[in-house]
Amino acid sequence: MRKSPKQLLGSGIYYLICILLAVVFAGPFLWMLSSALKPANEIFANPPILISPNSSLNNFQEVFRQAPFERYMFNSFFVAGTVTVVALLLHAMAGYALARLDFPGKRVVFIGIIATLMIPFYTILIPLALLVRELGWINTYAALIIPAIPHAFGIFWLRQFFLGLPTELEEAARIDGASRIGVFFLVALPLARPVLAALAVFFFLANWDSFLWPLIAANEPDMRMVQVGIQSFTGEHGSAWELIMAASVIAILPTLALFFGLQRFIVASVKMTGLKG
Amino acid sequence: MSTLDPTAAIPGSKTRTGASQRLRGMNRDRLEQAVVAYLFLLPDVLGLLVFVVGPMLLALAISFSDWRLTGAPEFVGLKNYEIILKDPKFGASLGRTILYTLGFVPAVYTLSLGMAVLLTRRGRGNTFFRTIYFMPVAMSMVVAGVMWRFMFDPGNGLINEMLSSVGLPTLQWTGHVQSAMVSVLIVAVWKSVGYFMIILLAGIQDIPADYTEAAAIDGANRWQIFRFIIMPLLRPTSFFVLVILSINSLQAFDQIYVMTRGGPAQATYTLLMYIYEKAFREWNFGYSGAMAVVLFIMVFALTLIQVRFFRSSDVRQ
Repeated sequence: MRKSPKQLLGSGIYYLICILLAVVFAGPFLWMLSSALKPANEIFANPPILISPNSSLNNFQEVFRQAPFERYMFNSFFVAGTVTVVALLLHAMAGYALARLDFPGKRVVFIGIIATLMIPFYTILIPLALLVRELGWINTYAALIIPAIPHAFGIFWLRQFFLGLPTELEEAARIDGASRIGVFFLVALPLARPVLAALAVFFFLANWDSFLWPLIAANEPDMRMVQVGIQSFTGEHGSAWELIMAASVIAILPTLALFFGLQRFIVASVKMTGLKG
Repeated sequence: MSTLDPTAAIPGSKTRTGASQRLRGMNRDRLEQAVVAYLFLLPDVLGLLVFVVGPMLLALAISFSDWRLTGAPEFVGLKNYEIILKDPKFGASLGRTILYTLGFVPAVYTLSLGMAVLLTRRGRGNTFFRTIYFMPVAMSMVVAGVMWRFMFDPGNGLINEMLSSVGLPTLQWTGHVQSAMVSVLIVAVWKSVGYFMIILLAGIQDIPADYTEAAAIDGANRWQIFRFIIMPLLRPTSFFVLVILSINSLQAFDQIYVMTRGGPAQATYTLLMYIYEKAFREWNFGYSGAMAVVLFIMVFALTLIQVRFFRSSDVRQ
């Protein structure tokens, strides 16, 4: 079917808007990458140089020479990874108990857990910092990992998932003689893989990107997580923008890889966290 | 917490017989269920008690005390709250937080709704554009802040170069009192829009096509379909998005810390910046704690609305 001139104009405008928006959202990424590859004297060249013929990876080498970014990256990987794995297991267990098992006090426990959602992190920042200091955890992985694990949100969504899951498979396993714990680990948990994957991406990104708590809990250079590392690097290198941009590219590479590799799960997790069950 | 103790939980049945009889009367499966349930709940519930509920109670206690880095905390009653009422810096930072919210919430909502509507149109490359618009969500607010500070460079930053190349006047951006808040807002909006676009897009796609098709057959144009079909049916999603946006913007911190540290001349000094600096620069936990409680009450009011909403969607399931 041929389109009328009016329709053609319509889709022309449509694509124009789409492309303009794409420039607004993707442009800064490209500019960051382009600047990270440039020599220092081209950073503020007038007119701006989009792709420098002198592009090289020198800035990246320089970043690793000047600050232990491999250490920051390791810290972030280790902390975000551990939090994600442990939190998912614990939340799945708790969510399963709330969805499938019958026990006295269930309603109270559930409401209590949901009520903690109303406590913003910033309100408990000071007592949490004092508590962690009291425990002697400042500048340890414990301080970065353990307080980040308990989170009502994950429990809530896993409960919702198990509530919506048909019980037949679990009942069959029960009849075959599996224990309650066995049913959870061998039947229910594997069935939860899609929702676990979506939550895993969400938890990993949230912990990789977190800034305020790592800033307070671990200020020693060796214990910095990557966001704090970027911030301190920026502070120390004032206007060496080619290095700062190289460091920023390093910091977002893992999240971008996750983003493009697991986009399906990210979109799923946003839809899920944004109210869809 | 007594509900976590399996032995305390056994008298669940309503019979008036003795404890041992009740134990025998309870079948093995119910006992197993209860034991497994408490076991499964224990780590998370314990974690929430120690790292969320406990600190929350402590936060209230701290707000009633005079507590600095050195020296023991001292109970001072409502004194911190009285100081808050008279503290011009508190009023000013609260005002800036509200200003930020008034900029952030409508901007993100309008843009993400517009983009969601744009992407519901069946066109080639929709998935591609969705991916691009969503990209900033994968970036941390810290890196976004650093990157935009570079582009906002008052000297020869990319943005100013672009403005001057089309003959527009350049700006100081984060360097000037009048444009600093706008700069910070641009970054936050740029970073957040993709996320809410996805939520609103999902909401729009949930609307049965019959409704919009029926309206189109009745002669409604695109604007009328949007205004009288999509918008009313999208109201629950919109409401949810607006509440989340308000809560987020009351707690804005990362990009401000990275881009301006609250400056210049405190032009971007929001409530959370003040709370942070009082506690972790001046080490005045009591006063900072009281301000945190005030912030909590504001966020709480918004969250109550959200929880009510959550509950209604819970019932539906």
